[in-house]
Amino acid sequence: MEVFLHQFLNFEIMQKVFPLLLKGLWTTLYLCVLVIPLGLAGGLLLALLSLSRRRAVAWTTIALVDLFRAAPPLVLLILLYSGLPFAGIKLTPTAAVCLAFFCNTSSYYGEIYRAGIESVGRGQWEAARSTGLSAPQTLTYVILPQAVRNVLPDLVSNTIEVVKLTSIASVVSFPELLYSADMARSVTLNSSPVVLAAVMYILLLWPLVRLVSRLERQVAAR
Amino acid sequence: MTAWERFLETFFKPELMVQYWPDILEGVVVTVQIAAAVVVTGLALGLMLASVRAYQVRFLNLFIVIFVDVFRALPPLVAILLIYFGLPNIDIVLPSFAVLWLVLSFVLAAFAEEIFWAGITSTPKGQWEAARSTGLTFSQTLLSVVLPQAIRLGIPPLTNRTIAITKNTALGTVIGVSEILSQATSAQAFTGNATPLMMGALAYIILFIPIVAVGRWIETRFAWRRA
Repeated sequence: MEVFLHQFLNFEIMQKVFPLLLKGLWTTLYLCVLVIPLGLAGGLLLALLSLSRRRAVAWTTIALVDLFRAAPPLVLLILLYSGLPFAGIKLTPTAAVCLAFFCNTSSYYGEIYRAGIESVGRGQWEAARSTGLSAPQTLTYVILPQAVRNVLPDLVSNTIEVVKLTSIASVVSFPELLYSADMARSVTLNSSPVVLAAVMYILLLWPLVRLVSRLERQVAAR
Repeated sequence: MTAWERFLETFFKPELMVQYWPDILEGVVVTVQIAAAVVVTGLALGLMLASVRAYQVRFLNLFIVIFVDVFRALPPLVAILLIYFGLPNIDIVLPSFAVLWLVLSFVLAAFAEEIFWAGITSTPKGQWEAARSTGLTFSQTLLSVVLPQAIRLGIPPLTNRTIAITKNTALGTVIGVSEILSQATSAQAFTGNATPLMMGALAYIILFIPIVAVGRWIETRFAWRRA
């Protein structure tokens, strides 16, 4: 038991590495602020394209979305980070992470938006257009607010997944929370820093996890 | 050499493809094995936890809720590194594939528990009462009346979650599980050429595209008709 506590809950070490991990946490949050809006915007674009009346556009988009949903994000990341330099394109870790995340998260967000837009009846489009609203106006004021409300639990739940996913950036030496914790672990030869990082992730995401459960129940009750 | 030839030489070099495809195939086998094991144990554990939760034993429920919330909030890579590098220090040595299997099973179990539990609670109270009044015990009602409906209700939301979690087998490369990505990156480091990496990515896509397509189909096929 003592060995266990020393190895995993060593408060002395935790105290020492706390500033480093806090910096990592900020970097994680900074990364989230970059990739979540990018993914949300890209997802909306993909959803609209996949609902296009032009068959060719819709099918190409769906194929692209499925391609990026089939490739594990870590594979995309490593392909961009260590594959592209062979073609003379050297990406910084930040650029590689953002690009890989953009491909992955916009595909997932896109599928969620698409389900939301499809859940709003076609008649609403026609009604809104017939009152003289333009297509972009119909989308912004009539369709999207309802679509987003219908799929809100999925949007939040996917956002949690994106935040969790930022931990794979550690593999390409992007100095986020897990990277900092793993550095600290290899220097101190003690797992307490990783336990501390785990606690930080849980404190960060647990409220969102609870929120998703509540939203899911609300949507189910409707 | 034209630019096109140089591109092929860098990313799709035929000799390297011939030389390394057995390695990549070996990786595919490992990936499929671990993914299958994760799906079986993860879903079974999730269903078991949801059933236990139905008995409303306070102490057990507290444990289940904490387990579920932790594994829904914790990035799997954090858990993988924690177990893989932490346990040997207290003299428990698990092989890397076991660590990957264990962590991903727990993550899937956490999500599956939530989904099955939602199915159990959405079964109308009248069905419980009707089943009990015909003389079925609580356990019999749960097993033969409630769970079959809860499982069916859970299929569409579980499909995509399960696919996403099995794709996480690629995380095994960080702790040296010899799955596809790990085979591809070591071959790439050895040859100084991006061809093995492209082969690895292609292997994942060939493996998962049909699964993603089937998932899309299952979602519409099993979707509970909304009133």
